[in-house]
Amino acid sequence: MNKLKSLVEDQLRTDHPDFRVGDTVRVHVKVVEGNKERIQVFQGIVLQRRHGGIEETFTVRKVSEGIGVERIFPLHSPSIDHIDITRHGRVRRAKLFYLRQRRGKAARVSERRFVRPQ
Amino acid sequence: MLGLIGKKLGMTQVFDESGFLVPVTAIEAGPCDIVQIKTPEKEGYSALQLGFGKRRERLFNKPTKGHFSKANVKPRPVLKEFRVDSVEEYEVGTQISVDIFETGERVDVTGTSKGKGFQGVIKRHNFHRGPKTHGSHSYRRTGSIGASADPSRVVKGKKMPGRMGNKRITVKNLEVVKIDTERNIILVRGAVPGAINSYIMIAKHKK
Repeated sequence: MNKLKSLVEDQLRTDHPDFRVGDTVRVHVKVVEGNKERIQVFQGIVLQRRHGGIEETFTVRKVSEGIGVERIFPLHSPSIDHIDITRHGRVRRAKLFYLRQRRGKAARVSERRFVRPQ
Repeated sequence: MLGLIGKKLGMTQVFDESGFLVPVTAIEAGPCDIVQIKTPEKEGYSALQLGFGKRRERLFNKPTKGHFSKANVKPRPVLKEFRVDSVEEYEVGTQISVDIFETGERVDVTGTSKGKGFQGVIKRHNFHRGPKTHGSHSYRRTGSIGASADPSRVVKGKKMPGRMGNKRITVKNLEVVKIDTERNIILVRGAVPGAINSYIMIAKHKK
Protein backbone atom coordinates (compact mmCIF):
# COMPACT_ATOMS: atom_id res chain seq x y z
CA MET A 1 0.00 0.00 0.00
CA ASN A 2 2.76 2.44 0.89
CA LYS A 3 4.48 1.76 -2.39
CA LEU A 4 1.27 2.71 -4.17
CA LYS A 5 0.94 5.91 -2.15
CA SER A 6 4.52 6.96 -2.74
CA LEU A 7 4.00 6.55 -6.49
CA VAL A 8 1.53 9.40 -6.67
CA GLU A 9 3.00 11.50 -3.87
CA ASP A 10 4.54 14.00 -6.26
CA GLN A 11 1.10 14.70 -7.75
CA LEU A 12 -0.50 15.66 -4.42
CA ARG A 13 -1.13 19.36 -3.96
CA THR A 14 -0.16 20.97 -0.69
CA ASP A 15 -1.01 24.52 -1.66
CA HIS A 16 -4.75 24.36 -0.92
CA PRO A 17 -6.10 26.01 2.24
CA ASP A 18 -7.53 23.74 4.91
CA PHE A 19 -11.23 24.07 4.03
CA ARG A 20 -13.93 21.96 5.62
CA VAL A 21 -17.46 20.85 4.94
CA GLY A 22 -19.80 23.82 5.35
CA ASP A 23 -17.26 26.40 4.26
CA THR A 24 -18.06 28.70 1.37
CA VAL A 25 -15.26 28.51 -1.16
CA ARG A 26 -14.34 30.08 -4.47
CA VAL A 27 -12.79 27.46 -6.74
CA HIS A 28 -10.76 28.95 -9.57
CA VAL A 29 -10.87 26.42 -12.39
CA LYS A 30 -8.73 26.52 -15.51
CA VAL A 31 -10.93 26.21 -18.58
CA VAL A 32 -9.43 25.45 -21.98
CA GLU A 33 -11.32 26.89 -24.93
CA GLY A 34 -9.71 26.08 -28.25
CA ASN A 35 -6.12 26.92 -27.57
CA LYS A 36 -6.83 29.62 -25.01
CA GLU A 37 -6.95 29.07 -21.29
CA ARG A 38 -8.95 31.18 -18.90
CA ILE A 39 -10.02 30.94 -15.29
CA GLN A 40 -13.60 30.36 -14.22
CA VAL A 41 -14.75 30.80 -10.63
CA PHE A 42 -17.25 28.45 -9.01
CA GLN A 43 -18.47 29.70 -5.64
CA GLY A 44 -20.56 27.71 -3.22
CA ILE A 45 -20.84 25.64 -0.06
CA VAL A 46 -18.71 22.52 0.34
CA LEU A 47 -21.17 19.64 0.74
CA GLN A 48 -18.71 16.81 1.26
CA ARG A 49 -15.13 15.68 1.01
CA ARG A 50 -14.65 12.04 0.18
CA HIS A 51 -11.94 9.44 -0.48
CA GLY A 52 -8.31 10.05 0.44
CA GLY A 53 -4.93 10.55 -1.11
CA ILE A 54 -4.87 11.33 -4.81
CA GLU A 55 -8.46 10.16 -5.15
CA GLU A 56 -9.88 12.79 -2.79
CA THR A 57 -12.74 14.87 -4.19
CA PHE A 58 -15.00 17.59 -2.83
CA THR A 59 -18.48 18.70 -3.85
CA VAL A 60 -19.43 22.37 -4.08
CA ARG A 61 -23.08 23.43 -4.29
CA LYS A 62 -24.44 26.76 -5.36
CA VAL A 63 -27.87 28.01 -6.33
CA SER A 64 -27.69 29.66 -9.72
CA GLU A 65 -30.83 31.50 -10.89
CA GLY A 66 -32.95 29.37 -8.62
CA ILE A 67 -31.46 26.10 -9.82
CA GLY A 68 -29.15 24.15 -7.57
CA VAL A 69 -25.83 23.34 -9.21
CA GLU A 70 -23.28 20.94 -7.76
CA ARG A 71 -19.79 20.34 -9.04
CA ILE A 72 -17.39 17.64 -7.92
CA PHE A 73 -13.70 18.51 -8.10
CA PRO A 74 -10.74 16.19 -7.65
CA LEU A 75 -8.85 17.95 -4.85
CA HIS A 76 -5.42 17.39 -6.39
CA SER A 77 -6.44 18.22 -9.95
CA PRO A 78 -3.96 20.38 -11.82
CA SER A 79 -6.89 22.13 -13.49
CA ILE A 80 -7.76 23.84 -10.21
CA ASP A 81 -5.82 27.08 -10.15
CA HIS A 82 -6.47 27.87 -6.51
CA ILE A 83 -9.17 27.77 -3.84
CA ASP A 84 -10.25 30.72 -1.64
CA ILE A 85 -12.29 30.35 1.52
CA THR A 86 -14.76 33.19 1.75
CA ARG A 87 -16.64 32.01 4.86
CA HIS A 88 -16.13 29.31 7.47
CA GLY A 89 -19.34 27.45 8.25
CA ARG A 90 -20.34 25.70 11.47
CA VAL A 91 -21.98 22.38 10.71
CA ARG A 92 -22.70 19.20 12.66
CA ARG A 93 -22.58 16.78 9.74
CA ALA A 94 -19.81 15.44 7.54
CA LYS A 95 -22.15 15.44 4.52
CA LEU A 96 -24.53 18.34 4.00
CA PHE A 97 -27.00 16.64 1.65
CA TYR A 98 -29.90 18.05 3.68
CA LEU A 99 -29.19 21.41 2.03
CA ARG A 100 -30.59 19.99 -1.22
CA GLN A 101 -34.08 19.82 0.25
CA ARG A 102 -33.93 23.36 1.55
CA ARG A 103 -34.16 26.62 -0.27
CA GLY A 104 -33.75 30.31 0.57
CA LYS A 105 -33.28 31.20 4.21
CA ALA A 106 -33.47 27.60 5.40
CA ALA A 107 -30.49 26.62 3.29
CA ARG A 108 -28.08 28.76 5.24
CA VAL A 109 -25.08 27.56 7.22
CA SER A 110 -24.13 29.50 10.34
CA GLU A 111 -20.67 30.98 10.56
CA ARG A 112 -17.84 29.38 12.48
CA ARG A 113 -16.41 32.07 14.72
CA PHE A 114 -13.27 30.47 16.01
CA VAL A 115 -11.09 29.51 13.15
CA ARG A 116 -7.71 28.05 13.92
CA PRO A 117 -5.07 30.18 12.21
CA GLN A 118 -3.23 28.30 9.48
CA MET B 1 7.15 -10.93 -27.41
CA LEU B 2 9.86 -9.53 -25.20
CA GLY B 3 8.61 -8.74 -21.76
CA LEU B 4 9.07 -8.90 -18.03
CA ILE B 5 7.71 -10.80 -15.05
CA GLY B 6 6.20 -8.59 -12.38
CA LYS B 7 4.11 -8.40 -9.28
CA LYS B 8 0.79 -6.58 -9.16
CA LEU B 9 0.92 -3.83 -6.54
CA GLY B 10 -2.65 -2.55 -6.92
CA MET B 11 -4.60 0.20 -8.60
CA THR B 12 -4.48 3.95 -8.17
CA GLN B 13 -5.08 7.07 -10.25
CA VAL B 14 -2.79 9.63 -11.84
CA PHE B 15 -3.41 12.93 -13.61
CA ASP B 16 -2.33 13.18 -17.24
CA GLU B 17 -1.00 16.36 -18.90
CA SER B 18 -4.45 17.71 -19.68
CA GLY B 19 -5.59 17.24 -16.08
CA PHE B 20 -7.73 14.12 -16.53
CA LEU B 21 -7.62 11.38 -13.92
CA VAL B 22 -6.41 8.13 -15.43
CA PRO B 23 -7.00 4.79 -13.65
CA VAL B 24 -3.76 2.81 -13.54
CA THR B 25 -2.43 -0.47 -12.21
CA ALA B 26 1.00 -0.37 -10.61
CA ILE B 27 3.21 -3.34 -11.41
CA GLU B 28 6.58 -4.00 -9.85
CA ALA B 29 8.36 -5.46 -12.87
CA GLY B 30 11.81 -6.88 -13.03
CA PRO B 31 14.73 -6.74 -13.02
CA CYS B 32 14.62 -10.27 -14.44
CA ASP B 33 17.63 -12.50 -14.94
CA ILE B 34 18.08 -14.24 -18.25
CA VAL B 35 18.37 -17.81 -17.03
CA GLN B 36 18.36 -19.62 -20.34
CA ILE B 37 18.28 -18.73 -24.01
CA LYS B 38 16.39 -21.05 -26.33
CA THR B 39 17.65 -21.15 -29.88
CA PRO B 40 16.15 -22.49 -33.11
CA GLU B 41 19.13 -24.85 -33.45
CA LYS B 42 18.64 -26.53 -30.11
CA GLU B 43 15.03 -26.07 -29.01
CA GLY B 44 13.46 -25.23 -32.35
CA TYR B 45 12.40 -21.69 -31.44
CA SER B 46 14.00 -18.57 -30.02
CA ALA B 47 12.99 -17.38 -26.57
CA LEU B 48 14.36 -16.00 -23.35
CA GLN B 49 13.74 -17.74 -20.05
CA LEU B 50 13.50 -15.09 -17.35
CA GLY B 51 13.63 -15.48 -13.57
CA PHE B 52 11.95 -13.16 -11.09
CA GLY B 53 11.12 -12.94 -7.39
CA LYS B 54 12.75 -13.65 -4.08
CA ARG B 55 12.96 -16.86 -2.08
CA ARG B 56 15.46 -18.18 0.45
CA GLU B 57 18.09 -20.24 -1.28
CA ARG B 58 17.71 -23.35 0.91
CA LEU B 59 14.11 -23.76 -0.21
CA PHE B 60 15.21 -24.71 -3.73
CA ASN B 61 16.08 -28.29 -4.52
CA LYS B 62 19.38 -29.26 -6.01
CA PRO B 63 18.28 -29.69 -9.65
CA THR B 64 16.67 -26.23 -9.62
CA LYS B 65 19.73 -24.67 -8.06
CA GLY B 66 21.83 -26.33 -10.72
CA HIS B 67 19.70 -24.84 -13.48
CA PHE B 68 20.30 -21.36 -12.09
CA SER B 69 23.96 -21.82 -11.32
CA LYS B 70 24.52 -22.70 -14.96
CA ALA B 71 23.49 -19.15 -15.78
CA ASN B 72 25.45 -17.88 -12.78
CA VAL B 73 22.41 -16.20 -11.20
CA LYS B 74 20.60 -16.56 -7.87
CA PRO B 75 17.69 -19.03 -7.82
CA ARG B 76 14.35 -17.33 -8.49
CA PRO B 77 10.89 -18.74 -7.69
CA VAL B 78 9.25 -17.65 -10.94
CA LEU B 79 10.48 -18.76 -14.34
CA LYS B 80 8.73 -17.68 -17.53
CA GLU B 81 9.55 -17.75 -21.19
CA PHE B 82 9.22 -14.88 -23.64
CA ARG B 83 9.49 -15.46 -27.37
CA VAL B 84 11.83 -13.10 -29.23
CA ASP B 85 12.64 -12.68 -32.90
CA SER B 86 16.36 -13.01 -32.44
CA VAL B 87 18.39 -14.04 -29.42
CA GLU B 88 21.70 -12.64 -30.62
CA GLU B 89 21.64 -9.43 -28.58
CA TYR B 90 21.00 -11.25 -25.29
CA GLU B 91 23.37 -13.03 -22.98
CA VAL B 92 22.68 -15.58 -20.26
CA GLY B 93 23.17 -14.17 -16.76
CA THR B 94 22.38 -10.55 -17.66
CA GLN B 95 19.33 -8.68 -16.49
CA ILE B 96 16.37 -7.09 -18.23
CA SER B 97 14.57 -4.23 -16.49
CA VAL B 98 11.67 -1.85 -17.10
CA ASP B 99 13.70 0.34 -19.44
CA ILE B 100 12.75 -1.98 -22.30
CA PHE B 101 9.36 -0.22 -22.22
CA GLU B 102 8.63 3.42 -22.88
CA THR B 103 5.70 5.60 -21.89
CA GLY B 104 2.85 5.60 -24.39
CA GLU B 105 3.76 2.14 -25.62
CA ARG B 106 1.16 -0.64 -25.77
CA VAL B 107 1.62 -3.84 -23.75
CA ASP B 108 -0.17 -7.14 -23.18
CA VAL B 109 -0.52 -8.27 -19.57
CA THR B 110 -1.01 -11.93 -18.67
CA GLY B 111 -2.00 -13.21 -15.25
CA THR B 112 -4.16 -15.66 -13.37
CA SER B 113 -7.59 -14.21 -12.68
CA LYS B 114 -9.12 -14.25 -9.22
CA GLY B 115 -10.97 -17.49 -8.50
CA LYS B 116 -14.72 -17.03 -8.10
CA GLY B 117 -15.61 -20.61 -7.16
CA PHE B 118 -18.64 -22.44 -8.54
CA GLN B 119 -20.84 -19.85 -10.22
CA GLY B 120 -24.15 -19.92 -12.04
CA VAL B 121 -24.70 -18.97 -15.67
CA ILE B 122 -25.69 -15.38 -14.95
CA LYS B 123 -22.37 -14.46 -13.35
CA ARG B 124 -20.26 -16.88 -15.37
CA HIS B 125 -21.62 -16.41 -18.89
CA ASN B 126 -23.64 -13.18 -18.59
CA PHE B 127 -26.99 -14.91 -19.23
CA HIS B 128 -30.19 -13.00 -18.59
CA ARG B 129 -32.25 -13.80 -15.53
CA GLY B 130 -35.82 -15.08 -15.64
CA PRO B 131 -38.82 -13.19 -14.31
CA LYS B 132 -38.89 -12.40 -10.60
CA THR B 133 -42.68 -12.62 -10.21
CA HIS B 134 -45.84 -14.00 -11.86
CA GLY B 135 -45.25 -17.49 -10.46
CA SER B 136 -41.83 -17.83 -11.99
CA HIS B 137 -39.36 -20.33 -10.55
CA SER B 138 -36.60 -19.57 -13.04
CA TYR B 139 -35.10 -16.42 -11.57
CA ARG B 140 -31.42 -17.39 -12.01
CA ARG B 141 -31.83 -20.76 -13.70
CA THR B 142 -30.03 -21.98 -16.80
CA GLY B 143 -33.15 -22.44 -18.90
CA SER B 144 -33.26 -24.79 -21.85
CA ILE B 145 -29.98 -26.50 -22.72
CA GLY B 146 -31.05 -27.77 -26.13
CA ALA B 147 -33.68 -29.47 -28.28
CA SER B 148 -35.47 -32.77 -27.49
CA ALA B 149 -35.33 -36.15 -29.31
CA ASP B 150 -33.29 -34.65 -32.10
CA PRO B 151 -30.32 -34.50 -31.30
CA SER B 152 -31.22 -36.08 -27.92
CA ARG B 153 -27.95 -34.91 -26.43
CA VAL B 154 -26.44 -31.66 -25.18
CA VAL B 155 -24.02 -29.97 -27.58
CA LYS B 156 -20.39 -29.92 -26.53
CA GLY B 157 -19.20 -26.70 -24.96
CA LYS B 158 -22.70 -25.66 -23.81
CA LYS B 159 -22.35 -22.78 -21.36
CA MET B 160 -23.34 -24.09 -17.96
CA PRO B 161 -22.65 -23.39 -14.29
CA GLY B 162 -19.20 -24.31 -13.01
CA ARG B 163 -15.87 -23.10 -11.76
CA MET B 164 -15.16 -19.51 -12.69
CA GLY B 165 -11.92 -17.55 -12.59
CA ASN B 166 -8.48 -18.81 -11.56
CA LYS B 167 -7.63 -18.98 -15.23
CA ARG B 168 -4.85 -17.58 -17.35
CA ILE B 169 -6.10 -14.31 -18.85
CA THR B 170 -4.35 -11.89 -21.18
CA VAL B 171 -5.45 -8.29 -21.40
CA LYS B 172 -4.18 -6.77 -24.62
CA ASN B 173 -3.27 -3.32 -25.83
CA LEU B 174 -2.87 -1.54 -22.48
CA GLU B 175 -1.14 1.82 -22.50
CA VAL B 176 2.02 2.36 -20.44
CA VAL B 177 1.33 5.56 -18.50
CA LYS B 178 4.48 5.93 -16.47
CA ILE B 179 7.74 4.10 -15.81
CA ASP B 180 9.80 4.42 -12.66
CA THR B 181 13.19 2.98 -13.55
CA GLU B 182 14.56 3.66 -10.09
CA ARG B 183 11.99 1.54 -8.26
CA ASN B 184 11.27 -0.80 -11.18
CA ILE B 185 7.61 0.12 -11.26
CA ILE B 186 5.47 0.43 -14.34
CA LEU B 187 2.02 2.05 -14.46
CA VAL B 188 -0.39 0.56 -16.96
CA ARG B 189 -3.72 2.13 -17.85
CA GLY B 190 -6.73 0.13 -16.69
CA ALA B 191 -7.18 -3.14 -14.85
CA VAL B 192 -5.00 -6.21 -14.98
CA PRO B 193 -5.94 -9.83 -14.18
CA GLY B 194 -5.11 -11.30 -10.80
CA ALA B 195 -5.03 -10.40 -7.14
CA ILE B 196 -2.63 -7.97 -5.51
CA ASN B 197 0.83 -9.52 -5.04
CA SER B 198 0.21 -12.09 -7.76
CA TYR B 199 2.81 -12.64 -10.44
CA ILE B 200 2.01 -11.37 -13.92
CA MET B 201 3.74 -11.12 -17.27
CA ILE B 202 4.01 -7.86 -19.20
CA ALA B 203 4.96 -8.20 -22.82
CA LYS B 204 5.23 -5.79 -25.70
CA HIS B 205 1.95 -5.64 -27.60
CA LYS B 206 1.70 -8.21 -30.34
CA LYS B 207 0.04 -6.69 -33.38
